[in-house]
Amino acid sequence: MKEIAWLLPALPLAGFIINGLGRKYIPKTLAGIIGSATVLGAFIIGIMLFMQVHETQQGQVLNYYRWLSVGSLVVDLGLYVDQLSAWMILIITGIGFLIHVYSMGYMSHDEGHNKFFAYLNLFVFFMLVLVMGSNYPMMFIGWEGVGLCSYLLIGFWNTNTNYNNAAKKAFVMNRIGDLGFLLGMFMIYYNFGSLDYNTVFAKVAGFEINSPVLVAIALLLFVGAMGKSAQLPLYTWLPDAMAGPTPVSALIHAATMVTAGIYMIVRSNIIYTLAPHAQDVVMVVGLATSIFAAVIGLKQNDIKKVLAYSTVSQLGLMFMALGVGAYSSAMFHVTTHAFFKALLFLGSGSVIHAMGGEQDMRFMGGLKKKLPITFITFLLGTLAICGIPPLSGFFSKDEILLNAFMASPVIWSLAVISSLITTIYMLRLLFVTFYGKFRGTHEQEHHLHESPASMTIPLVILCILAVFGGLLNVPEIFGGNAWAHHYFSGMIISTGEEHGHHVSHATEFILMGVMLTLIAAAFVVLRNKYITKGAVPEKDEEMTGFTKLIGNKFMVDEIYDFFIVKPAYLMSSALYYVAELKFIDLIVNAIGDGIVGLGRIFRRLQTGNIGFYIFTMVLSIVAILVFKYFVV
Amino acid sequence: MKEVVQGIPLNYYLALSTVLFSIGVLGVLFRRNAIIILMCVELMLNSVNLLLVAFSAFHGDAKAQVFVFFIMIVAAAEVAVGLALMVLIYRNIKSLDIDFLNKLKW
Amino acid sequence: MVLYIFYALSVIAMACALLVVFSKNPIHSVLYLILTFFAIAGHYVLLNAQFLAVVHIIVYAGAIMVLFLFVIMLLNLNAETEPHKNTLTKIMATISGGLLMVTLAGAFRVLEKNLGQVTVQNSNVGTIENLGKVLFNDFLLPFEISSVLFLSAMIGAVILGKKQLN
Repeated sequence: MKEIAWLLPALPLAGFIINGLGRKYIPKTLAGIIGSATVLGAFIIGIMLFMQVHETQQGQVLNYYRWLSVGSLVVDLGLYVDQLSAWMILIITGIGFLIHVYSMGYMSHDEGHNKFFAYLNLFVFFMLVLVMGSNYPMMFIGWEGVGLCSYLLIGFWNTNTNYNNAAKKAFVMNRIGDLGFLLGMFMIYYNFGSLDYNTVFAKVAGFEINSPVLVAIALLLFVGAMGKSAQLPLYTWLPDAMAGPTPVSALIHAATMVTAGIYMIVRSNIIYTLAPHAQDVVMVVGLATSIFAAVIGLKQNDIKKVLAYSTVSQLGLMFMALGVGAYSSAMFHVTTHAFFKALLFLGSGSVIHAMGGEQDMRFMGGLKKKLPITFITFLLGTLAICGIPPLSGFFSKDEILLNAFMASPVIWSLAVISSLITTIYMLRLLFVTFYGKFRGTHEQEHHLHESPASMTIPLVILCILAVFGGLLNVPEIFGGNAWAHHYFSGMIISTGEEHGHHVSHATEFILMGVMLTLIAAAFVVLRNKYITKGAVPEKDEEMTGFTKLIGNKFMVDEIYDFFIVKPAYLMSSALYYVAELKFIDLIVNAIGDGIVGLGRIFRRLQTGNIGFYIFTMVLSIVAILVFKYFVV
Repeated sequence: MKEVVQGIPLNYYLALSTVLFSIGVLGVLFRRNAIIILMCVELMLNSVNLLLVAFSAFHGDAKAQVFVFFIMIVAAAEVAVGLALMVLIYRNIKSLDIDFLNKLKW
Repeated sequence: MVLYIFYALSVIAMACALLVVFSKNPIHSVLYLILTFFAIAGHYVLLNAQFLAVVHIIVYAGAIMVLFLFVIMLLNLNAETEPHKNTLTKIMATISGGLLMVTLAGAFRVLEKNLGQVTVQNSNVGTIENLGKVLFNDFLLPFEISSVLFLSAMIGAVILGKKQLN
């Protein structure tokens, strides 16, 4: 295993180097093939690793190089292949490969095509480092690396100032979270004397439940997760991150990078299990984010923004699952979410591609006939995210809801509300975009076409995954054996309390029934509104009251701007005009002037006469010798 | 040859080297012809070489003699470049008087 | 006997060194310098460093001084073209040169207290065999690098000696 595991991150890195250095010389097609092939190679190796892990059912630490050894701090460049990382590897490289292939079509007309593939490969590399590292510093390297790639790719079209601002926003927001992660790492090292997963987790097991140290570590790490996985209050960067090309939104901002926070918590599950107070915080934040983002999603008209808020909302749902201790359910939802959200984003990309860059769904409509493949895949993706059985989203959502119910019926009902809102805005998106009459310009209508094969094939594959992905974890009541749940059980340390209250099959069916009834009701109402009556979302100016508030995303950006950005800016300019100009500059200029003055005096010694120089030198030597041997 | 070495105290070599070195310095200060100055520099290098060899013989360590060897190498290289510079200077100002070479100043 | 040889060689060396400094004609300076080098080579023989003595003659008297001679003759330097410094400079030069000598001698006297009795351990260190072993065992890399130095010096001299620099 050790011989091939290092290849996994090395392949995309090689792709990045080749495409990055040769971006001016390599033809576009070849760059796309290199980019895709390296990720495909990584995927194949990933399958091999997965098979081995599945067979042995245990993790393996592979140390390649001792990176740091300072005092008692030892950091190895090591990989850790276990159930969790093998699973994540398959998601990253598998979906990554499909999106690479998709990008070959989507980016084919873009000038920065080769640069784009270099960045994508770099992202895959860092993401693999993140999930495969055998210690927290390795995870942090990957963590920062994917942040960098996210920044580069959001601002990919860097001639547009708004896009650059969005990239900067993502970067800064992530830094806030990273600070939490770093502090958490410091605390881990301070208390456990190591940063290796195995050592740390072995020592954590000796702590009491809810000991302050563990709660603090768990909360600090969760701050990191909040930034990376766009949770309240650090979520605002993710909707803006939609400025990047659509494949980026699909790969980084829906399927993989944003789930890094969930990966981290699942990886550190023993810390969270032993710190229920921190778990409660995770659960509350996740639930709040889920509902909050879903509500905002109701009134967004940009097709990608809707999906972005949907992502935030779904991530919140996953964190809620982590908060109630359902780690394998959260991972399962990460997987299915990666399938259908990547599918939806790629579908939206196909729509945008066909519309010639138009993203506002109020100017779409009736695309059903023009883009048949996109429509069918998008439809199935929507149904999957809504949780219609037997699509994948149904199984993963149902499991989370069940776990929520076991924790508390209140949590369950709130999660149901969130899911219901999800259904509403997703169906609204589907109906407004694909049904009714076309509302764009005549030129756009003429231009409409189905996307090329390199774009539709990934769509179809992802669609198949989104439809059948649920089979990975069919619960017992449907005669399944909850395969994924058992797969992860080896690496998840449970306190055994969750198994205390087991719900009966009847209750499970009732819960499902309630959920499905609500979805069906939402479907009927929305269908009536948008298809039968042909309603179109109102223009921005026509929004009033609460709708307007939602349409403006609850003014969160404005609030942040007023309370954080503006004061910081004011403080900076105050410091600039007072401390910088009046104080620091004075000192600096005085030093400079002083040196210039001294130089003006001493330059007279530079006569240009060599004899004088030698004379001075000899006398200096004499002086030094005298001082050395006769004075001291 | 053993008594030859033992016959001369180390002090004598110290004194001789000091005198030769000082004569070299004197020459550098005294003359204005750049070539003579270069020759005096060679003289100083040789006084140091002599001292190194003397210490080498007295300590019985051959490494000092290897260093003398390297000093010779460097001196040869230095003279080659130095004389080439002399020729160049002479070609430009038709003189080797160092007092004329005073353009490099503030 | 040996001491007398030492004295003779030392006197020759010092006298010729002074003549190098004080002779008016540059050609004479060069010739006196060659004599000085021969005297120093004699000292090397006295110290049982035969290899260095031979190398010294070859490199200094044979190569370097010939180079000096060539250049002086090429530029046609003689006593008439020789520049002169004013008297004050000469006095200052003599004083500071003497000052340096006195200081150095005094410094050696101070050091002598710590020097102690020096004994001869191996008087055969200067033989070719012995030197070769040290050179090619301990100093192989510097030895090889010195050839690079020579190469660069040669190229530098050629570039500088070319008629048209630009």
